[in-house]
Amino acid sequence: MSDSFRDEVRAWLAAHCPPSMRVAPPEISHLYGGGRRAKVWHPDQPAWCAAMASRGWTVPEWPVEYGGAGLSREHAAILREEMRRIGAQQPLFSFGISMLSPVLFKFGNDDQRRRFLPDIARGAIRWCQGYSEPNSGSDLASLMTRAEDKGDHYLVNGQKIWTSYGDEADWMFCLVRTNTSVPKHEGISFVLFDMNTPGVTVRPIKLISGASPFCEVFFENVRVEKTNRVGEEGQGWAIATYLLSHEREMISSLGKIRHDTDPGRRALEIFGTDGEGRLRNASLRQTLARYQLDAAAFRLWIEHGERHPSASAGMGAMSSAVKYYGTELNKRRNELYLDIEGADALLWDARGPAGEAWARNWLRSKGNSIEGGTSEIQLNIIAKRVLGLP
Amino acid sequence: MTLPLTEEQEMLSRSVAEFVADRASITQFRAWRDRTTETAFDSALWREIAEMGWCGIAIDEAYGGSALGYSGLALVLEQFGRHLSITPMNATVLAGATAISLMGSETQKTSWLPAIVDGSLTLSLAWGEGAHFAPFAVATRAEKTAQGWQLSGVKHHVEDLSSVDRFIVVARESGRPGDREGLGVFVVPHDAKGVSVEATPRVDARQCGTLTLDDVVVDDGCRLTGVTSVALERLAGVINAGLAAELLGICEETFARTLKYLKERSQFGKLIGSYQALQHRAAHWFVEVQLARTIVQEALLALDRARDAEGYRQADMLCSMAKAKLAQVAELSTNEAIQMHGGIGMTDAFDIGLYIKRARVLEQAYGDQHHHLDRLAALEGY
Ligand SMILES: Cc1cc2nc3c(=O)[nH]c(=O)nc-3n(C[C@H](O)[C@H](O)[C@H](O)COP(=O)(O)OP(=O)(O)OC[C@H]3O[C@@H](n4cnc5c(N)ncnc54)[C@H](O)[C@@H]3O)c2cc1C
Repeated sequence: MSDSFRDEVRAWLAAHCPPSMRVAPPEISHLYGGGRRAKVWHPDQPAWCAAMASRGWTVPEWPVEYGGAGLSREHAAILREEMRRIGAQQPLFSFGISMLSPVLFKFGNDDQRRRFLPDIARGAIRWCQGYSEPNSGSDLASLMTRAEDKGDHYLVNGQKIWTSYGDEADWMFCLVRTNTSVPKHEGISFVLFDMNTPGVTVRPIKLISGASPFCEVFFENVRVEKTNRVGEEGQGWAIATYLLSHEREMISSLGKIRHDTDPGRRALEIFGTDGEGRLRNASLRQTLARYQLDAAAFRLWIEHGERHPSASAGMGAMSSAVKYYGTELNKRRNELYLDIEGADALLWDARGPAGEAWARNWLRSKGNSIEGGTSEIQLNIIAKRVLGLP
Repeated sequence: MTLPLTEEQEMLSRSVAEFVADRASITQFRAWRDRTTETAFDSALWREIAEMGWCGIAIDEAYGGSALGYSGLALVLEQFGRHLSITPMNATVLAGATAISLMGSETQKTSWLPAIVDGSLTLSLAWGEGAHFAPFAVATRAEKTAQGWQLSGVKHHVEDLSSVDRFIVVARESGRPGDREGLGVFVVPHDAKGVSVEATPRVDARQCGTLTLDDVVVDDGCRLTGVTSVALERLAGVINAGLAAELLGICEETFARTLKYLKERSQFGKLIGSYQALQHRAAHWFVEVQLARTIVQEALLALDRARDAEGYRQADMLCSMAKAKLAQVAELSTNEAIQMHGGIGMTDAFDIGLYIKRARVLEQAYGDQHHHLDRLAALEGY
């Protein structure tokens, strides 16, 4: 049964995935994000996304009515494997899929699911995440952006920061304070609004990697209908943390999106071997082996979880473990590439054999252990929620 | 997110845990350590273990085993690791029976494996000759004679050597130390003329020592028929996966005991587990143990599944990975365990400090992390 599905997937991909979409983009931010103002890094990206969406394969496990293909976990895994086999580019890189959709499925109402999910599946609307504020980063629950109750709507005032793709997104899912007279975790609500709403101002911030995919976002009397609040008033913190566990999984898998050059082979090309076929630089050889060992163990750990749902039951807090280790590993990998490529990797526009933007990716990887909750915060969560420490 | 056990494995693991807690726990370890006899293991305990059927877990049904594979045997080893149980399981079953299973003829398997399963035959593999595992650096000679084979040489760090019935000796039939080919494997009775043993105390309170073979003569039937460099590497792979399983038990036990201590011990008026410096190290340690379990499981599965050259190649690689990773994580585990216990962790009376000694012995056996990382790099082609 699975084999015939695999054959079908393989044949379809062979027919519909153009060669240009069988390579990873030089940076993750060059994946197609969709939306009303879709930024196209390669002219074939929109058609590839549309073709995949027509099969429901941008969100293979979602129900068909919301734009998915209703695939079982096993079939979705087969689809992923077949895509990986040919190096197919992820057709849609979307916070709507990875972060907001789990929230809508669990906490949203039918009307919200119908209104938002199909557009997310097709990549018609792009979403950004309004969580962090200048004075509320790790201590997210201290956030100050106010939402004043005006009967059928809220008026939102305040500021968000580090909003990834805030300048390209169409809508924002946003944490706001709806009640200031209760403990900080209890006065938060989760709302959705169009970035075109009057009173929303976006200002891009440049990253050390030279790109500027994140922004400051200011709110001045922004009107948000109450029908766009997900869950109950004051339920925002529970929703926020539920979303964060999905965000962490997404971030820790970022390292897997690129199909980078094999570091061992690359090191051999650059350094050559000693008389006995070993990489000439013994210290680099050891660093490489240690990295590859940990990377293999990590990959298998994730795969065991994917293959055996019961093994990943209660993943909520475990997603912190995955995020922590995966992002630290990704940073190690980028440092390793730098060691291998040497001074060449520090040229802004240097590209690796698979088109990797060495310098930019290396710099960007430093953010992996900050975004979505820092490594230190993940360790706090593991200590408290998994290990039960006081 | 580590793999769930099958029902059969779950039952096995539970019955081993119960048995070991009762019959081969740290209390028994201490009593045995402080014994005055020169025997290597408690043979009454070994008979009981054999009666439970655990010696035959990874042995084919044709020879009296239960064919549950190395994944099954590893569950036993893991519990032995948790309780520091002293048994001849590693020497006799993991190394000895595997050598015969992998390289013995039908006749050889029929004559020895059933006796291993029922506990009546104990073995020890005499392979290494130095302080670092080097599978082909074998100088011990095997010369063909009219009567069979004549062996001479010296083997170091041979386990359980005063008490086992036979030694499985790796010796060189041709070539020079270091050559991949030219090795033979011989099953040598302990009481053969020219065999002498000398036990040496080791940090983990197990017995090991030097085996000297002085023109020992064995007949042709004692020479395993299927010895190749690849088969020897496969044997080392199985042994390393098994040792990794025992190390996993040590990692999990030291972690569990330390976590408990973090929740009991107070300083400065607070539980020490409330200090972030310790919380973060405990959390990191936890993740490493998860990865350790994953890689051991994967190596064992690969061994049990391997049917062709590609399968064996993958298994071989994963066994080296498992051993390297477990050596690292066991080092982290046993070091952190002592540190987080403070002074009491350094005392002989308190159990936590016992684990580090067993862990280092297991790490060194059949290649430490450097050996296996070096091997990994070579297998990866760099
Ligand atoms: C590339 C990138 C993209 C991002 N995208 C988004 C986005 O789309 N939307 C959004 O809302 N936010 C986004 N963020 C923001 C991110 O979530 C925050 O940066 C993060 O939560 C940390 O907050 P902070 O920057 O205020 O640092 P701080 O919280 O001030 O932390 C500073 C340092 O103190 C440490 N620290 C803080 N508290 C503790 C503690 N209790 N124990 C131990 N150490 C502690 C931290 O680990 C860190 O090392 C993004 C960040 C980056 C880097």
